[in-house]
Amino acid sequence: MRTSLIILLFFATGLLAGTLDILPAAINGKDLSTWALYLLMFLVGISIGADDRALEALKSHGLKLFLVPLATIIGTFAGVAAIHLATTNLLFGESMAVGAGFGYYSLSSIIIGELHSEALGVTALLANVMREIITLLLAPFFVLWFGKLSPISAGGATSMDTTLPIITRASGNEFAIVSLFHGMVLTILVPLLVTFIVSLI
Amino acid sequence: MLEILFLMAFGILIGVLLRGKKRAVFWVEKAILWSIFLLLFFLGLSIGGDKLIMASLPSLGLNAFLISLGGVAGSVLAAWATWKFLFNRKRIAQ
Repeated sequence: MRTSLIILLFFATGLLAGTLDILPAAINGKDLSTWALYLLMFLVGISIGADDRALEALKSHGLKLFLVPLATIIGTFAGVAAIHLATTNLLFGESMAVGAGFGYYSLSSIIIGELHSEALGVTALLANVMREIITLLLAPFFVLWFGKLSPISAGGATSMDTTLPIITRASGNEFAIVSLFHGMVLTILVPLLVTFIVSLI
Repeated sequence: MLEILFLMAFGILIGVLLRGKKRAVFWVEKAILWSIFLLLFFLGLSIGGDKLIMASLPSLGLNAFLISLGGVAGSVLAAWATWKFLFNRKRIAQ
């Protein structure tokens, strides 16, 4: 939670500095941010590869664990496709790319901002922050209405870290492993799916 | 676009080799956090300097809200179906 706030604070500070135009024009981040993105993707790869918790979970629980992230992916894309009709000035692929962030707002907004457009990058940032907040607020209600897997699905990629404590409180500690595994699968898939969908637009 | 995926795949390979090396992984996590800080600062910077995007921020926000709503609604419904038809019967979550 604290990290999320710091991340947003950096974004807000950049926004303010940009609006006030107080930084010298030489610092326009364009080239630097491309390289920083490359570095980030490499590092994200390392941290995924070094983490063997997903494999361990799979060994003890079996392939059925994949059903939960699969449900999240199908449900998210179906839901976003349905609500796309209500959005304005967005292409279908753009809505889907934003949805494919699955709550992983830092990475999805950076990739979309870099590969597509900054406007869509901001949309991805806002939409995926909102997904995390909705999950944090509504997790107990989701359990009541849609069963114990629902807060995990709602949390998307965040179900392995930021929303994990809320999820285990709402669904029970026995769901910690399902939640962790679900979040890790989506964390791996977010950069792949976002990049792929953006390339189709 | 391809270079991003290649870099990530290469990273995963290195990561597998680094398994169990807690110190190295700790620094990688720290570097990830700082790259994210930096990149979001720059994203903010160029958006703040772009009057067109700043003017359309309310409509971007509304689109974002709708997409998050659609995504969450769709996924809790899919999770409900999964729960009802698969998990609840066999209780693999134990």
